[in-house]
Amino acid sequence: MSEAREQILAGIRKSLGRGRLEGAAAEAVEARLKGHARVLVPKRSDGDQAHKVGLFVEMAEAVSCTVDRLESLESVPERLADYLRRENLPARIKQSPALEDTVIPWEKAPALEITSGAAVNEDAVGLTPAHAGIAETGTLMLHSSAETPTSLHFVPDTHVVLLRESQIVGAYEDAWDMLRQKLGLEPGASVPRTVNLVTGPSRTGDVEQIIQLGAHGPRRLHIMLVKD
Amino acid sequence: MEATSHSFKQNARDALTDAQLQKALSKMRPGFQQKRADVVAKLPEFEDLRDRGRDIKNHVLENLDFYLERFESNVIANGGQVHWCRNSEEARQTIMEICRSVDAKTVTKGKSMVAEEIGLNEYLEEHGVEPIETDLGEYIIQLRGEPPSHIIAPAIHVNKEQVVEAFRKKHTDLPPDRPLEEVGDITDEARTQLRSKFFAADVGITGANFLIAETGQTVIVTNEGNGDLTQTLGKAHVVVASLEKIVPTLEDASCILRLLARSATGQEFSVYTTFSSGPRRETDLDGPESFHVVLIDNGRSAMLGTEYQDMLRCIRCSACMNHCPVYAAVGGHAYGWVYPGPMGAVLTPSLIGIDEAGHLPNASTFCGRCEQVCPMRIPLPKMMRHYRAKEFTENKTTSQVRAGLGLWSYFAKRPWLYRQSTKLGAALLRALGGNRGRIATLPLASGWTSVRDMPAPEGRTFQQLYKMSGHGKKGSA
Ligand code: SF4
Repeated sequence: MSEAREQILAGIRKSLGRGRLEGAAAEAVEARLKGHARVLVPKRSDGDQAHKVGLFVEMAEAVSCTVDRLESLESVPERLADYLRRENLPARIKQSPALEDTVIPWEKAPALEITSGAAVNEDAVGLTPAHAGIAETGTLMLHSSAETPTSLHFVPDTHVVLLRESQIVGAYEDAWDMLRQKLGLEPGASVPRTVNLVTGPSRTGDVEQIIQLGAHGPRRLHIMLVKD
Repeated sequence: MEATSHSFKQNARDALTDAQLQKALSKMRPGFQQKRADVVAKLPEFEDLRDRGRDIKNHVLENLDFYLERFESNVIANGGQVHWCRNSEEARQTIMEICRSVDAKTVTKGKSMVAEEIGLNEYLEEHGVEPIETDLGEYIIQLRGEPPSHIIAPAIHVNKEQVVEAFRKKHTDLPPDRPLEEVGDITDEARTQLRSKFFAADVGITGANFLIAETGQTVIVTNEGNGDLTQTLGKAHVVVASLEKIVPTLEDASCILRLLARSATGQEFSVYTTFSSGPRRETDLDGPESFHVVLIDNGRSAMLGTEYQDMLRCIRCSACMNHCPVYAAVGGHAYGWVYPGPMGAVLTPSLIGIDEAGHLPNASTFCGRCEQVCPMRIPLPKMMRHYRAKEFTENKTTSQVRAGLGLWSYFAKRPWLYRQSTKLGAALLRALGGNRGRIATLPLASGWTSVRDMPAPEGRTFQQLYKMSGHGKKGSA
């Protein structure tokens, strides 16, 4: 290991007036890490699923997301086509490969042109699933995988997210627990390359603190929220 | 970055007479404070979260070596590398070597105060690599050739007309009749200019708000999405982070994240909070091919165990400067180095030395607002006082100040004389103020009054009031 590394660690121990953590002291820190206990979760998202869904929608809309609530996947093609027409957007969509396995009757909206893959600069509309919706701040949790490339979350001007109501949880911690479960993660095991928490479309306040949507990431974030 | 903190007084004087700067600063004051107050009022648990955040960071600092080693081994397990650097020079060289290893011509950058601290851009340029700032504020000041003046709003000192001027000058392909009057036009122009750069960049450099020991993840918190394009589209992702950014678990990070955006911009949550570790996985369709964390000490390990250790809890939210009357009057550049405002007044002398920056802790009215709003409950005024005392005992205070303090202590030790003379002084000032109640010139303090009025005292002295209230009586608790 490098000399700098050893010197920095030795410097820290010297400043703290002790040697390397050992014995009971080391075990206590280890146990804290393994336990990854929740610290303090605000009460605002406590309640039944209907409350969580309601709060998620309210918070997401407050940060300029648009939310379309659907009875089933059946109506996704027509409602998406409607949305794109209303917003004057092209009918060409790049979707996450993960959605190829989702049964969506695309034939109902023949005008939509759908391809799958990572995003390139020409992609104007991206369609992706999400891992979870987090009610406390109207936040989406998305992560990278072989079927869900991260570039689709940032490159297209418009990001459309397909989310089921049952995927909505109360707090960030609930979403992390769900991710640990889904991927079978033990602390320290390999996590996805990227986990994105996304709360609304991209914005900046860098010119005279005037909030302007659409800085570098998507200008629009449209959530299609489907009943289970 | 070259420091000019030693000339804070002159810098401040210049700032007070800079009309453009004063115009920009006047717009800043209400925004940040009101937004923070509104969003904090909506979260009843906010004060408790501050206590818990403070406790988490204290625990980390006491066990920093353990957590750093654990973070490192998890980064390696995810396929990344950690480079330990004692100082700026080592960090710059390390980053340059990574750039060479992928034959880099251009580097895109997300906003990073640590990168400013180590003077990365100048170094890359000198060595033939073009750094491109992608955060809109950073991009603006890069075009203007100046350092940031605020830790989360780097171009807060710049007015819209000045942005337009910089764009027209540097974007030579921009048709002169293209409108840039609206902020939306400016944002679109920057978006267009930078889009192709993200795709063409060889290396993407970001900072880190947190490093998570449990998972080996680095975390960035942004609103624009530039940091994500930077780290997703470059061939290599380099994270520049100072070593106190560690938190143990995702749960700990969640707690502190609830404090960060609310304290910073007054948002419930920032738009993008991104957790990354390692290069793209074998089957991933995008992402960088390599992942490096450049872990920088630069004087921090020496702050542990001292009266300045608490400063290492700082999460760089900027609440302290957003609520600071001194910052609001002179802006960030006057502080002369990377970190302005109350947090800078403490951190700067700790990192670059009391000789260069020992004046900064004097840039305070000790109103205490910074400590009231600091989410990590850092006792900023107390630490500034430590530095003042140190400056005094080490004889670095100017003779004028020493003489003044000597005189004050002579009176303070003689209560009767003190009372009589303050009564006399107050009466004198009242007379000077006349009907306006403000004093435009004060004998012996023209440095203060040449740019502002001093309010004339309105009534009795504190001592008189104290006595009248009955508290001054001997024997009362
Ligand atoms: S000192 Fe406190 S208020 Fe200031 S930037 Fe750091 S955490 Fe925020």
